[in-house]
Amino acid sequence: MVTGMSIPDPIDAPPLLEARGLTFLRNEEPIFGPLDFALRPGEVVLMEGDNGAGKTTLLKVLSGLLEPGAGEVRLRGEPLTLARLSHQVALLGHLLGLKLELSALENLRFAIGLGGLRAGITPHQALKSVGLEGYEDVAVRQLSAGQKKRVALARLLLVPAALWLLDEPYANLDREGIELVNRLLELHARRGGAALITSHGAYAYTSGTPRRIRLRAPGQPAQELAA
Amino acid sequence: MSYGSTAGACRALLARDLRLVWRRRGDALNPALFAIMVVALFPFALGPEPQVLQRIAAGTVLVALLLAGLLSLDALFRSDLEDGSLEQLVLSPHPLALLLACKIAVHWLTTALPLLVCAPLLGELLNLPPALRPVLLASLGLSTPLLSLIGAVCVALTVGMRRSGMLLALLVLPLYVPVLIFAAGACNAAQNGLAFTAPLLWLGAGLALSLVLAPLACAAALKISLT
Amino acid sequence: MNPLVLWFHKLGSPPTFYRLAGRLLPWCYGLALVLGAVALYGGLVLAPSDYQQGDAFRIIFIHVPCAWMSLFVYAFMAVNGFIALVWRIKLSETLAMAAAPVGAAFTFVCLVTGSLWGKPMWGTWWTWDARLTSELVLLFLYLGVIGLHQAIEDRRQAARAAAFLALVGIVNLPIVHFSVTWWNTLHQGSTVRLFGPSLIDARMLWPLLTMALATKFWFAGSLLSRARVDLLELEGGKDWVRQVALAADAAPAPPPEASA
Repeated sequence: MVTGMSIPDPIDAPPLLEARGLTFLRNEEPIFGPLDFALRPGEVVLMEGDNGAGKTTLLKVLSGLLEPGAGEVRLRGEPLTLARLSHQVALLGHLLGLKLELSALENLRFAIGLGGLRAGITPHQALKSVGLEGYEDVAVRQLSAGQKKRVALARLLLVPAALWLLDEPYANLDREGIELVNRLLELHARRGGAALITSHGAYAYTSGTPRRIRLRAPGQPAQELAA
Repeated sequence: MSYGSTAGACRALLARDLRLVWRRRGDALNPALFAIMVVALFPFALGPEPQVLQRIAAGTVLVALLLAGLLSLDALFRSDLEDGSLEQLVLSPHPLALLLACKIAVHWLTTALPLLVCAPLLGELLNLPPALRPVLLASLGLSTPLLSLIGAVCVALTVGMRRSGMLLALLVLPLYVPVLIFAAGACNAAQNGLAFTAPLLWLGAGLALSLVLAPLACAAALKISLT
Repeated sequence: MNPLVLWFHKLGSPPTFYRLAGRLLPWCYGLALVLGAVALYGGLVLAPSDYQQGDAFRIIFIHVPCAWMSLFVYAFMAVNGFIALVWRIKLSETLAMAAAPVGAAFTFVCLVTGSLWGKPMWGTWWTWDARLTSELVLLFLYLGVIGLHQAIEDRRQAARAAAFLALVGIVNLPIVHFSVTWWNTLHQGSTVRLFGPSLIDARMLWPLLTMALATKFWFAGSLLSRARVDLLELEGGKDWVRQVALAADAAPAPPPEASA
């Protein structure tokens, strides 16, 4: 159940995503310390941290793939369970989720079959806007790493989701690609969506002043950096 | 904006998986070749005397198909795990059990069906009495889906483990034994001129139960092993 | 809060369980040995010879209690596995996984003693009748659970996956129990009944039941000592484990109660 994407939520609505006292344990060891933050529609949050700080794990916990060791995640005020995800969350992981033997178009059509199609855009248009016009029928196996990433970004354009969780979205992209990601994030924010992206330092989001949260060693709460 | 229906999602998944098998159709014949080789070993091991072979024909074909199916089980989730598609399936808004049922169905269609087509040929190699052929096909038709369903639950528990072949065999074989006993029981009864419908009905009942329970168990097992 | 509920809750905490198990252990083993000795004396010396099998039947006093335990331990493992999966209670995970090797051992002893009994009685070391086959399948189920538990790195995920497998295999339990009634088997039918008179001489029955009790205590002792070790391993980095280790270093005798 997704509210109209072009109308911002009223101020007193619960935040789109909220983490309270969130930790994750592996073999009884905490991967990241208690985390508290909230994400409202229109916000882009950058999660920074060194390699191994637990950024990917955090995204998986926020998406519902992993259960938190302690604390909770709330989506629009409701506790997050996989059953409640329903078209609200899109996760772009390190592994892109593309079948190598299928073409870009076939992959996108499958994603649409699974997750629905946003109004006003077609797979062809999406591929064009990510700069892959002419590559629709090429097997993904034959695309470069950057081109594969662009197909995944095209999927973000097509499948409706209020919350984007992007793991290292700038990886493998050239300068044009980085600008593309920024444009997509801007568009998403303007439409009332929210995004949480991870990066291990040299972030490149230049639009506005995104909130930055730095993940530190377990036991130390994450540090919200001044913009 | 259209949110795909669950039926649409299942159709998309079925189409995708069938298309993937078609793209690698060379590999699809491997289980059948394996079964033929296993069956061919027996005359070498036991001597080519027709009476002896006739005694063991039905059972040997059953075991050969069981082993061929076991070898192909690993492919059920491996490719989806390695490219991140499995995560996307788990995160999709549709019931995971239903999606997994579709995957298992495609797996059975593409690995067991060629074996079923081969079964008369395998029977001929072992001097199977022609009158027994329908009973053999009936018991294979009922037992191979059961084996796929039970196998899927065990594969879900070991998904992502390297070199899981031996462990998978250890997990799956105790659960396969009752299926094999009933399938072979039907063939043996028919071969001895006794009534053979009872074991077939038991297989049918087991299949009906597994069609409902196995996808649910598979989804639960997958959630356990992906965390 | 109700004191009983509170006590139960505290029992789930690893250091409390560790201490309590440590105190119960010697009693469990002690009772097992005493009862076992009594049962063996009753069975090997006091009980009369069987009119059909002579003295060879006396292996029943090991074989049958082990068979009963093989089923009981699997049920115990499955119940704890269920609790572990649904309520994520750490102690249940540990108990379920610690029970598996003990159950496998009982199943193995049952199969071996059965085989030793079968040779003089049936003329064969093994036959593929329903009871023996399903008991062998039970052994493989145990080994599968143990194997899966070893194969996964994260200890808690390993316990959950193995518990799930144990639950999938629970369908084998009624098959083993009822195999002698549902199929024509070489193995004899049930003689000891829970409700109603048993078809066995009273002088043979009491050592059998005493031995059954002894195996239960043995299981408890074995389970508690395995669970203690598993808990130490699982909780390796925690304070209470450190205190236990320090206490063990300080006193060469068995460690005093940890204050954790």
